[in-house]
Amino acid sequence: MKLKGWKEVTPGAVVTKAGSAEEFKTGSWRSFRPVWLEENCIQCMFCWIFCPDMAIEAKNGKRGVFKYDYCKGCGICALECPGKKGKKAIVMEEEGK
Amino acid sequence: MATTPLTLRELSKKEVLLTAGHRMCSGCGAPPVVKMVLLASEYPVVAANATGCLEVCTCISEYTAWKIPWIHSAFENAAATIAGVETMYRSLKKQGKIDKEIKFIAFGGDGGTYDIGFQSLSGAMERGHDMLYICYDNGAYMNTGIQRSSATPFGADTTTCPAGSVVPGKLQKRKDITKIMAAHGIPYAAQASPSHWQDLMKKVKKALEIKGPKFMNIIAPCNRGWRSATDDAILLSRLAVETCYFPLYEVENGATKITVTPREKKPLVDFLKPQGRFKHMFAPENEWMLKQAQEDVDKEWEKLQREAKASEVS
Ligand code: SF4
Ligand code: SF4
Repeated sequence: MKLKGWKEVTPGAVVTKAGSAEEFKTGSWRSFRPVWLEENCIQCMFCWIFCPDMAIEAKNGKRGVFKYDYCKGCGICALECPGKKGKKAIVMEEEGK
Repeated sequence: MATTPLTLRELSKKEVLLTAGHRMCSGCGAPPVVKMVLLASEYPVVAANATGCLEVCTCISEYTAWKIPWIHSAFENAAATIAGVETMYRSLKKQGKIDKEIKFIAFGGDGGTYDIGFQSLSGAMERGHDMLYICYDNGAYMNTGIQRSSATPFGADTTTCPAGSVVPGKLQKRKDITKIMAAHGIPYAAQASPSHWQDLMKKVKKALEIKGPKFMNIIAPCNRGWRSATDDAILLSRLAVETCYFPLYEVENGATKITVTPREKKPLVDFLKPQGRFKHMFAPENEWMLKQAQEDVDKEWEKLQREAKASEVS
C-alpha cells in the first residue's frame, strides 16, 4: 500500500477499509517457523484459538495450514498443542536452516 | 438470534474480526483476548480503544486490523467515548433511524483502565451506559517501555521501579480493579483469562445479554515486560489462574461466584519463576518478598471464597 500524502488523508484520519492490516505482512519477523505434522493432529483447534496473529487457517471447522505471510514464530501454538500420544503436531524449526 | 455453540470447531467457522497483519509483538497475550471477545459476540459490535499497545499496534496509519467500527480518541477516555456512541445509538433508536441490536465495547490496557482512564470509566459505570468495558491487563505500561502502573504486581521490576540494591522492584500491591468496579454496583463484573477460553467467552456472552454497564478484567501476558519466553503467554495466564494470583470469578448483581476453582492450588512461585521481572525475588536477601507475595495471594483467595460462600446462602 502506498502511503498517502497529507492532502489525501481522510479528515480525522478515518480508515475506510476494514481489516486493511492484512495488506501488511508480518511473516518476516519470524526467526522460528512452526511446522504442522498432520499425522499427530487431533483437530482440537487450540492452536487456532490461541494464535495471536490469526496465522492458522480454519476451514469447515477444521485446522488448515499455517499462514506464513503473517506468522511471527512465537511458538504459542507449538507449546499449547497437545498432539497425539505425547507427540506434538507442531514443531518449531529455525528459519534459514 | 442463532447462537454459536462454544466449541472451537463451531467458533472457527465464524469470521475473526481482528485480522492478521497487526503489529503486536510476537507472542503477545492481548490479541487472543480480543479475538475471543469478538468471537463470543453474536451481535454487531462497535468498539472504542484507549491508547495503548493494542490501539497503537492494530491501527497504524491506514492499516487497521479491525473489521468492526472502531474508535480511538485518547488515553483517558475510552469509556467516555463508547458511552457517547451508545447514547447516540439510543437516540437514533428512539428516532426510528436505526433498529439493529448493536453492542458497545471499550478496550483498554491496565494503564488506560486502572490509572489514566479510571475517572472516565468510573463515570460511565455510574451513569449506567449499556456497555462492556474490557481491560486487558498486562500489569504495566508496556507500550512505552515497561513503566509501573497501579496494576503492576508487588515485587515486579519495571523501568520506573527497577529492582536494584536500594529498591527491590515495586513495593506496593496492585489495585483490585475488578472489586472496585463491582463496588460501583454495576450488574456484572468479572475476571477472565485466555487460557480458559470457554470461561472467558461465556462471560462475554453473559455480559452482552445484560443491560447496563459491565466490566471485565482479562489477564494478558506480555513477554517483553514480564521478561518471559515468546511462547508462554497462554501458559502463564493459566498459571496465574492455577496459583490463584488471578482467580476467575464474576460478581453478578452483587453476588460473587468463583467460576473456575483450581483442582490443586499451585504455589505462587510457579507463576513468578518463569518471569524475569521477578528474578530478584529469588535472591536469598529477598526471601521475604516471596513470602509476602504468597501471603497476599492466600489472603485474597480466602476472602474471595468467603464472599462466594456468603453469596450462596443469601
Ligand atoms: S508461531 Fe505464533 S504466530 Fe505463528 S502460527 Fe504459531 S501461534 Fe501463530
Ligand atoms: S493444537 Fe495441535 S493437535 Fe490441536 S489442532 Fe492444532 S496442530 Fe492439531
